[in-house]
Amino acid sequence: MTTNHPLRELTIARIREFMREPEAVFWTYGFPLMLAVGLGIAFRDGPVEVAHVDVQAHARASEVAARLASRDDIVVAIREEAECRNRLRLGKSALVVVPGDPVTFVFDPSRPESALARERVNDALQRAAGRQDPVRTSDTRVTEPGARYIDFLIPGLLGMNLMSGSLWGVGFVIVDMRVKKLLKRLAATPMTRSDFLWSIAGSRLLFMIPELVVILGAGVLLFGMPVRGSWLAVLSLAFLGAGAFAGLGMLVACRAQRIETVSGLMNAVMVPMWLLSGIFFSSERFPDLLQPLVQALPLTQLNDALRAVILEGASLASQAWRVLALAAWGAVSFVLAQRWFRWM
Amino acid sequence: MHGARGAGNGMTAAQPHRTEPDGIKAGTPAAFAVRCRALTKHYPSRTGPVRAVNGLDIEIRRGECFGLLGPNGAGKTTTIEILEGLLAPTSGDVEVLGRRWGHHDDDLRQRLGMSLQETRFPEKLSVLEVLTLFRSFYRRGQDPARVMASVGLTEKSSAWVGKLSGGQRQRLAVACALVGDPDLLFLDEPTTGLDPQSRRQLWEIIRAFGQLGRTIVLTTHYMDEAERLCGRVAIVDQGRVIALGSPAELVASMGGAHVVEFACAAGAPLEPAELAALPGVQSVAAGATETALTVSEPHLAIPALLSLLQSLHRDLLRLTTRHVSLEDVFVHLTGRHLRDDDEPPA
Repeated sequence: MTTNHPLRELTIARIREFMREPEAVFWTYGFPLMLAVGLGIAFRDGPVEVAHVDVQAHARASEVAARLASRDDIVVAIREEAECRNRLRLGKSALVVVPGDPVTFVFDPSRPESALARERVNDALQRAAGRQDPVRTSDTRVTEPGARYIDFLIPGLLGMNLMSGSLWGVGFVIVDMRVKKLLKRLAATPMTRSDFLWSIAGSRLLFMIPELVVILGAGVLLFGMPVRGSWLAVLSLAFLGAGAFAGLGMLVACRAQRIETVSGLMNAVMVPMWLLSGIFFSSERFPDLLQPLVQALPLTQLNDALRAVILEGASLASQAWRVLALAAWGAVSFVLAQRWFRWM
Repeated sequence: MHGARGAGNGMTAAQPHRTEPDGIKAGTPAAFAVRCRALTKHYPSRTGPVRAVNGLDIEIRRGECFGLLGPNGAGKTTTIEILEGLLAPTSGDVEVLGRRWGHHDDDLRQRLGMSLQETRFPEKLSVLEVLTLFRSFYRRGQDPARVMASVGLTEKSSAWVGKLSGGQRQRLAVACALVGDPDLLFLDEPTTGLDPQSRRQLWEIIRAFGQLGRTIVLTTHYMDEAERLCGRVAIVDQGRVIALGSPAELVASMGGAHVVEFACAAGAPLEPAELAALPGVQSVAAGATETALTVSEPHLAIPALLSLLQSLHRDLLRLTTRHVSLEDVFVHLTGRHLRDDDEPPA
């Protein structure tokens, strides 16, 4: 009889095992979809933030409250002093207005919504008292696709999923096989180490394609996110990212003897990137001191490159440095993992 | 080459240009499937090195079924894993099929089949899928469907491994060892924990493979298994071979082919010398309540024993006779039992 190449058979076996594991399929495809949809709904067309303002009980309280109530971005109520302070402390209101002369604003200036509420309330009271603005202004509101928060978010979620999917999909699988002594049994066959490791990495790259389709599909079809760069460039970046994190997954798993160990190591690898790599907000917000660290993380490079290609229409060539950084992460991890790999 | 794997790396790194030692000529069509000499394996521990294997010599002939017999912790698994190329020995010389680990690893792995202890195959692959996967690793081998039939798993062809019984899983493990059509088969405790019927099924499979003229090396702590399957047995204790021979030879070394065990009502202990002087009695092992005599001629020894007890006015509570087993040989050699728990399932 004819036999197939071990790499092919190992890859097919991996795919079968994955497809027969409903939990794995859900966490790879269902969960990111739910996350994207959930966050997308939460942040779609970002509704104008309403300021909750309490007016402290006072002879002129109802007069002040009436002036504020005429604005649609302020919700106002008259309450006793103790209750006002309590609600402010608990974050239920952003600002307490104490009528009188002068009108006193009680708030925590480090809370952005409190500072905003103070400006709105001050503006409303001054105008009601007859203030004239010396400079004429007008607003143009920007809500077009490509500039909204959801557009920023989707590429970040894609990067995050490529990271966690690859780390779990590679690291967990390898350690599980080691715990079950299956790795030892495989090491006792003529199977080559590279066939084995490539089958794990290769099957992970295949599982990544539906993941990419699900997340980008949700972005484009549900939220009208534009994909301005080429789809090929997006696909290439996703491959590169999944490959780099598959390498990291192998490195993390190359010696771990227990599932608990590898879970801890994977969290140690992922948590800094969840925090610093610009998934939910731009990584540029971190101070300059931290930037070398932030920029060195592979997820930062992947997220920035995905956003540049998807949202700005950048070419892959313009992202050459980021591509190189990702490739270097993947290659170095893979080589070290192969060197240090332990079969028992 | 997968240099860093298992024993290969250690040996290659340590001895890049090794010369063949005297006495063993690698590459000659030797009559031996396995030879190892002065084999040691030490593991570091807090209380100093543990000598799992401590100067072990074995020569296993081509075509024989050879058993490594001993209690848990005797060093059987460490020894077999060194022979399998999975562990590097601390010192000593190992030759498998005329070749050495670290020099001919791929060639050796193509020709060896093995089942290890505690391998858990992928739960969500079917029996045929696992066998097809293992078949793909070997340049030549058997059709997975045929191997599956030979171990009686054809009915379970498309069943997931997770749904198999313990005996079926163990037969699958042996099938994975056979699918590369090996010249030498290693089985590490192939029937431990199985029910009697599953053990017999596995014995049949192992015997059938042996009848092809291939070599089998197995470890076991079941006496009956070694007696039924193995042409020769090495009894291993504390990392060394303490006895070697066919089961019949080992049993014969006890001097008698029968064991008479008896217990008396409470009283002064019987004098072992007096018992040993009875006709046909070869040796005496006195326990707390029970005394065992190794006997060459029970038809002489038993009447003599009964009249001795009568003259001492001792009441006999129990008396049994049976054939000497490897268990008795082990107890005779070490003063300890092979297994802490009860007799193995028959």
